[in-house]
Amino acid sequence: MKKMNFHIVKREPMAWYKSVLVRAAAIVAALLVSAVVITILTGKNPFEVYASMVSGAFGSSLRIWSLLQNTAILLCISLAVTPAFKMKFWNCGAEGQVLISGLATTAVMMFLGDSLPYPVLLLVMLAASVLAGVIWAVIPAFFKAMWNTNETLFTLMMNYVAIQFVAFFLKYFVKSGSGVLAPMPEHGLPVLAGQSYLLNIIIVVALTVLVYIYLKKTKQGYEISVVGESENTAKYIGINVRKVVVRTLVVSGALCGIAGLLLVGGTNHTISTTTVDGRGFTAIMVSWLGKFNPVYMVMTSFLIVFLQRGASQVSTDFRLPSAISDIVTGIILFFIIGCEFFLQYKILSAKNRKEND
Amino acid sequence: MKKIIALLLAAVMVFALAACANNGGSEEAKGMSESPIAEVALKADYEVPADFKIGFICLHDENSTYDLNFLNAVDKIKEALKLTDEQVIVRVNVPEGNECYVAAKDLVTEGCKIVFANSFGHENFMIQAAKEFPNVQFCHATGTKAHTEGLDNYHNAFASIYEGRFLAGVAAGLKLNEMIEAGKFTAEEAKMGYVGAFTYAEVISGYTSFYLGAKSVCPTVTMDVQFTGSWYDATEEKNAAEALIARDCKLISQHADSMGAPGACEAKGIPNVSYNGSTYESCYETFIISSAINWAPYYNYIIGQVVKGEKIDADWCGGIAEGSVVLTGINQDVAAEGTFEKIQALVEDIKAGKLNIFDTANFTVGGKAVENYKADVDTDAAFQPDTEVVDDGFFHESEYRSAPYFDLRIDGITLLNEKF
Repeated sequence: MKKMNFHIVKREPMAWYKSVLVRAAAIVAALLVSAVVITILTGKNPFEVYASMVSGAFGSSLRIWSLLQNTAILLCISLAVTPAFKMKFWNCGAEGQVLISGLATTAVMMFLGDSLPYPVLLLVMLAASVLAGVIWAVIPAFFKAMWNTNETLFTLMMNYVAIQFVAFFLKYFVKSGSGVLAPMPEHGLPVLAGQSYLLNIIIVVALTVLVYIYLKKTKQGYEISVVGESENTAKYIGINVRKVVVRTLVVSGALCGIAGLLLVGGTNHTISTTTVDGRGFTAIMVSWLGKFNPVYMVMTSFLIVFLQRGASQVSTDFRLPSAISDIVTGIILFFIIGCEFFLQYKILSAKNRKEND
Repeated sequence: MKKIIALLLAAVMVFALAACANNGGSEEAKGMSESPIAEVALKADYEVPADFKIGFICLHDENSTYDLNFLNAVDKIKEALKLTDEQVIVRVNVPEGNECYVAAKDLVTEGCKIVFANSFGHENFMIQAAKEFPNVQFCHATGTKAHTEGLDNYHNAFASIYEGRFLAGVAAGLKLNEMIEAGKFTAEEAKMGYVGAFTYAEVISGYTSFYLGAKSVCPTVTMDVQFTGSWYDATEEKNAAEALIARDCKLISQHADSMGAPGACEAKGIPNVSYNGSTYESCYETFIISSAINWAPYYNYIIGQVVKGEKIDADWCGGIAEGSVVLTGINQDVAAEGTFEKIQALVEDIKAGKLNIFDTANFTVGGKAVENYKADVDTDAAFQPDTEVVDDGFFHESEYRSAPYFDLRIDGITLLNEKF
């Protein structure tokens, strides 16, 4: 029999400063590899490319606000999927849940914007978007709880339904050929201190704290962890699994609803089929990379948004196809995810293993 | 066995040579001619200050022929006015959403005096930005709202591209005549196919002028139009072209931005009249001619007005005389004999105002001549016809606003589907 000549062994937890060093090393390595790739593929100076990335994210106060705003939205959606993921309910439907909430917000702004007093309008917008998000999340949860349907497929399909709903209503809302609904900033969320994105950011900071407390400090949060670790254990200690599944998805959907409200009411003031722009899926990566911890997720969502903003600046400054910046983003993420593996496991050659034994 | 193969190969070669001889009249390819429209040089009667900046927002990048056309014009004006890289900022792949508003704001923060956007769906977001920055000029290609929006710093632009399409249609008609004379099909069977993006006025105006151009030299021609429902979808455009060829269309043209339709024509050996620019490089056996809008004259105009401190027109529509409507050269291996001379003569007629493309004597709707017609020129909530556009015996296209509004369904053209 052929023997494997290496083994993968789980590590003891590393000292915090070591793990920080490993992660920093991973990012440096990623930047070096990307630099080589950029030079080979485009012949551009990689340092200029990195400078352009940084300027794309931090180059002006507008860009910094935009960076923070996008981080807030991505973080909000990531917070929304986290309770479900922690429960090992594979909610791939955040995209649709946010979009349908955005559609509800848009409809309220369009049809009630002129007739309701502003404070009432805001409340109706909030209620409509949260309700829409909850409905979109609870439908698959209900089917899962009652008949154990596959939630991955179900939530994915709900995304397409939401996208087609938006496409359908856009035909109805917009009668000109462009199919683009004119923005309605006059019916948007209030602007604080002259900064249109400030309110979004404050709300998401508050939500981050709340979700952290909910998951770590409350009985419901504990129940989520138990159901996620082992459904049988949960049943054994008397947790009503069906109830927890549906309740958690209500939380997930409501958070997606708030994301939809912030995205449409606070940022775009209009909707299109691409308003969420894949962030419902990117959120899954943010949540996993952040190990379902809302505090870490702040950093992972910031990193991903920084890479995206920087990358789009690179493609526009150097007139490179956007594929180049996607490649760089991919390389950096690959190294970061890879280093997480090496933080948890080590590889031993067969010889070493023997000595260790 | 070897001998048989050798014989077969020899036979194939003879046939191939014969085919070549049939095709071009001689074995040697003649290639592309000059453009039948003499190039209009960019003239600047102003000096651009060193701190002047202009920003461009494009929906896609160079891979779309539509955007490439805008980007090429950026390079032209940059060279003509000797602008530096810092003075010309280009943002590509900007979607028709809030991203456009953010990109416009970003360009203003970078110090741009003019922000230009190239896609129809950018309009609402350009208006949003224009309201916020009254000291910056926002110019938008293909939009329809400037004349009703009432903003001093928001402007629309287009070109009378229907003139270019008409001329390209003439080349198509002459090609059909040549094929009829060669006995490939009868005059009654002369049918063209047209791949359109959406059933909007812009596309309708385009294919109708193309058809009228062909009909002016080949009176029996008819045309089928298939819409794809997308401005850029290589597969759909290819499928549409193949479907039209299967319906016995003898020549194909298109108003959509990928290589789908020209590629399908090259594969099937069907002559193609292209759009946005030459597709000769990859389709040299079937490409005839292409019309395109050259945006450089408009860039020159807006930069000049801003530098001189003068107002920009709410609507600007450039034509052949301004150099806004251009034609590529003619592929002499495919186009009919005499195409170049015929088009050159018509160009002079258009410049002299002797030829109105939408002359009501040349088309009918439902069997009747058109005496008056109200078009929906003002983009408002009503979406109702609001302006009389037929006068003096012709349809006044692009006069009441720069973007096309010709949306009559004339006889001789069959729409196979509609996409909005």
